[in-house]
Amino acid sequence: MATSDAIVIKNLKKSYGKTSVLKGVSFRVKRGSMVALLGPNGAGKTTTVRALSTLLGYDSGTLTIDGYDVKTQPDEVRSVIGLTGQSAAVDELLTGRENLEMVGLLYRLTSRSARQRADELLHDFDLVDAADRPAKTYSGGMRRRLDLAVSLIATPPVIFLDEPTTGLDPRSRLAMWKIIEKLKSQGTTILLTTQYLEEADQLADRIVVIDHGKVIAEGTAKELKSKIGNDRLELTFDDIATYDAAKKLLVSSLTGDDDKSLTVTIKINDTNADVRQVLSKLSRAKINIASMAIQKPTLDDVFLQLTDKKDS
Amino acid sequence: MATNIEVSKQPAIVSSLRDSWVMILRSSRHILRNTDQLLGTFFQPIMFLVLFTAVYSGAINVGSDDSYTNYLMAGLIVQTLAFGSTTTAIAVANDLQKGIIDRFRSLPMSDIAVLNGHVVSDVLRNMISAVVLIVAGFVIGFRPDASFVDWLLLILLTVLLTLAFSWLSAILGIVSKSVEGVQWLTFVTVFPLTFASSAFVDPETMSSWLRGFAEHQPITHIVDTYRALLIGTPLGDSWWIALLWLVGIIVVAMPVATYVFTRKTSA
Repeated sequence: MATSDAIVIKNLKKSYGKTSVLKGVSFRVKRGSMVALLGPNGAGKTTTVRALSTLLGYDSGTLTIDGYDVKTQPDEVRSVIGLTGQSAAVDELLTGRENLEMVGLLYRLTSRSARQRADELLHDFDLVDAADRPAKTYSGGMRRRLDLAVSLIATPPVIFLDEPTTGLDPRSRLAMWKIIEKLKSQGTTILLTTQYLEEADQLADRIVVIDHGKVIAEGTAKELKSKIGNDRLELTFDDIATYDAAKKLLVSSLTGDDDKSLTVTIKINDTNADVRQVLSKLSRAKINIASMAIQKPTLDDVFLQLTDKKDS
Repeated sequence: MATNIEVSKQPAIVSSLRDSWVMILRSSRHILRNTDQLLGTFFQPIMFLVLFTAVYSGAINVGSDDSYTNYLMAGLIVQTLAFGSTTTAIAVANDLQKGIIDRFRSLPMSDIAVLNGHVVSDVLRNMISAVVLIVAGFVIGFRPDASFVDWLLLILLTVLLTLAFSWLSAILGIVSKSVEGVQWLTFVTVFPLTFASSAFVDPETMSSWLRGFAEHQPITHIVDTYRALLIGTPLGDSWWIALLWLVGIIVVAMPVATYVFTRKTSA
């Protein structure tokens, strides 16, 4: 049981003075799987990753990576992890190739091995043309790719990706996703932090939702979505009369209404059937709608709903 | 896709020496790539050289038969080396304040290698700027009478001085809060210390309150040793006092820098 988990976090706590940042975080990552740690800014995602990657001391809890204890065996942990994202960086004055070779040597690779891996990664990450330019001349997307490549130089079995796509343009984000998916298909264990539900949904096997230093939900994207809420149908009307009439008509399935924008919200389980049913109801009652939109659950909804539930 | 990687299995001491070597290469590349800074380290001393010889040489009485240019060179060299060593403070502060230190700390490497890299590469830069300065000195009339052995001793002294000052400035770089703060701090340390010494004028000519300090502070002894080796001024006790200071600084500053660095970066 224990050996099937590459990362085990038990009751991790960390506070700065009186401010408690992590209030007992626990979760596991199965070997060869990808878990997304999803949460808003300040939820404790980066703090968790920094504690796991030996960069930050923690007050209590047990962190194990590949069987090594983070607190008592930091060097062993460092030799099996790779870290990339907002808490890592590349050397701006060195070229892409020099960055790769330098970190390869510091992972204790032989010089030949470091050179070979650097070549491979430059090729895999589409950085061959820029290989011998200083990293400060790279675009944001290239720099992230180099950053990730650098952390893969010694092919560590466990990778931490700390918000790898935050601040990237859509095209660079897609390129990054492809790289991460390929990495996953090669059997690397990955812990990804992100504030984008879509990213977690797209990439991860399991999602751990964290807020205010606590895990508030955990499961596959599907499980979480069904727990969190469904798609919503929003109908907007031209005037207060039709709005009121529609409200009366749909009262049984209504989940929200807004007098100012003359909009009603209806929870839908099955997009086709439910929408058709609502529309036919309205047309039978000869109520015209001004506009209509189907809203997917957003990260905002996830948090609002999850924290609401906890408060009530 | 990934080829098999080979990890070198070596005793811990060999691995950490290798880490330091990797970091020395890194810092040396920084020096050679950072062309603005490199030009600055060359041109500031040359500017001083021209200014001092053109502006002050007639007014300054150095109390010997030697030309002021000959007298000045030892002082300029020491000031240049001292300023050169402050780049360690800036480089260390830069590493700590940009994310790169986290990258290094997440690697199974020796943490101190980062400091070793900056300090040792300072020796390289200081050697280059000393050579540039001496060549420029030749052009405007500097005529040393150092023997081959004197030159070897000068090289040794330069290595020692750079190591001492660079370890000191490493401490500054570690404890500082910002890169700008470090630049300012090194400036207000090096300038008064070098001017209130025998670097540019004989302390005998200074006002009495300053003279006591200038005659006994380490920079004066270091400058006097350089001057004796370069142009054969009387050496006296200066050489062993200078040596004691430099070795003493290294012996104290190295472990202190290591300690504050480990404390600052450890989890």
